[in-house]
Amino acid sequence: MSVTHFLFWFLSIVAIFSAIMVVVSKNPVHSVLWLIMVFFTISGHYVLLNAQFLAIVNLIVYAGAIMVLFLFVIMLMNLNSDTEPQKNKWLKIAGVIGGGALLLVLVAALKNADTKNQIAQTGSGEIGLIHNLGIVLFRDYALPFEITSVLFLSALVGAIVIGKKE
Amino acid sequence: MPINYYIFLSVALFCIGVAGVLTRRNAIIIFMCIELMLNATNLLLVAFSKMHYANMKVMNPNAGIDGQIFVFFIMVVAAAEVCVGLAIIAMLYRNTHSVDVNFLNRLKH
Repeated sequence: MSVTHFLFWFLSIVAIFSAIMVVVSKNPVHSVLWLIMVFFTISGHYVLLNAQFLAIVNLIVYAGAIMVLFLFVIMLMNLNSDTEPQKNKWLKIAGVIGGGALLLVLVAALKNADTKNQIAQTGSGEIGLIHNLGIVLFRDYALPFEITSVLFLSALVGAIVIGKKE
Repeated sequence: MPINYYIFLSVALFCIGVAGVLTRRNAIIIFMCIELMLNATNLLLVAFSKMHYANMKVMNPNAGIDGQIFVFFIMVVAAAEVCVGLAIIAMLYRNTHSVDVNFLNRLKH
C-alpha cells in the first residue's frame, strides 16, 4: 500500500465523516467548522491529483472567504441550538431514506460502468499548474473570464438591493 | 488511483448533501449542504480531467485542462451565489426573526 493510496483513503474517510457531521451537528457554528474540514480534505485530494492551483483557490475562496461569510451571518443572527427549528421525526427519516435511495441508485448504476481500467493520474502531470491553466484561461477562455466580472457585478448589486431596508 | 474510487467518493459526498438538504430546516445549513454538493462535483471534474489527461497526453499535452478551467468557473459562480443567497437569508431573518425555511411562505403576504 503506497503513500498515495494511504493518503487517498485517509482523506476520503475524513471527508465523509466531516460531511456527515455537517449534517448532524445541532449548532450551526460547528457545522461551518466541519464544512471547513471537508474543504481542507478536498483540497488535499486536489494536491494528490496535482491540481495545485485549484487546491489553493479552494482553500482561499471556499475555506477562507465563503466560510467566513457564513460564520459572519450566523454570528450576526445569534443562532444557537436553542433556536434551531425542530422538525417532525418522520420527515427526517424520509429525508435520510431519500438520500440513501439516491446513493443506492447512483452506486448501482455506476458499479458496472465501463471505467474499470481508467486511472486518474495522481502525483504527476502538468495541467494543474498555474502556468498552463493561466495560458489556457486567458487564451481560449478570455471571453467567459470577462463575462465573469459582469456576473460578479450583478451579484454585488443584487446583494445590496436585497439587503437594504425598504 | 482508479477513477471508480473518485466516482464513489463524490457520489457519497453528494448524497450526504442531498440528505442534509432534505432533513435540515435551518436555511443556512441547507445552503452549506448545497456548497458540499458543489464541491463533490468539483472533485469529480478534477479527477475526470486527470483521467482524460492520462489517456490523451501523448496526442495533446493539454488534454483535460478544460475540466479544471470549468472547476474554476464553478467556484466563481458559487461565490456569487453565496453572496446573493446569504443576502436573501439575512432578509428572511429580518422579516421573520427565524431562519426556518417553513416560514418562507410568509414572504407571500
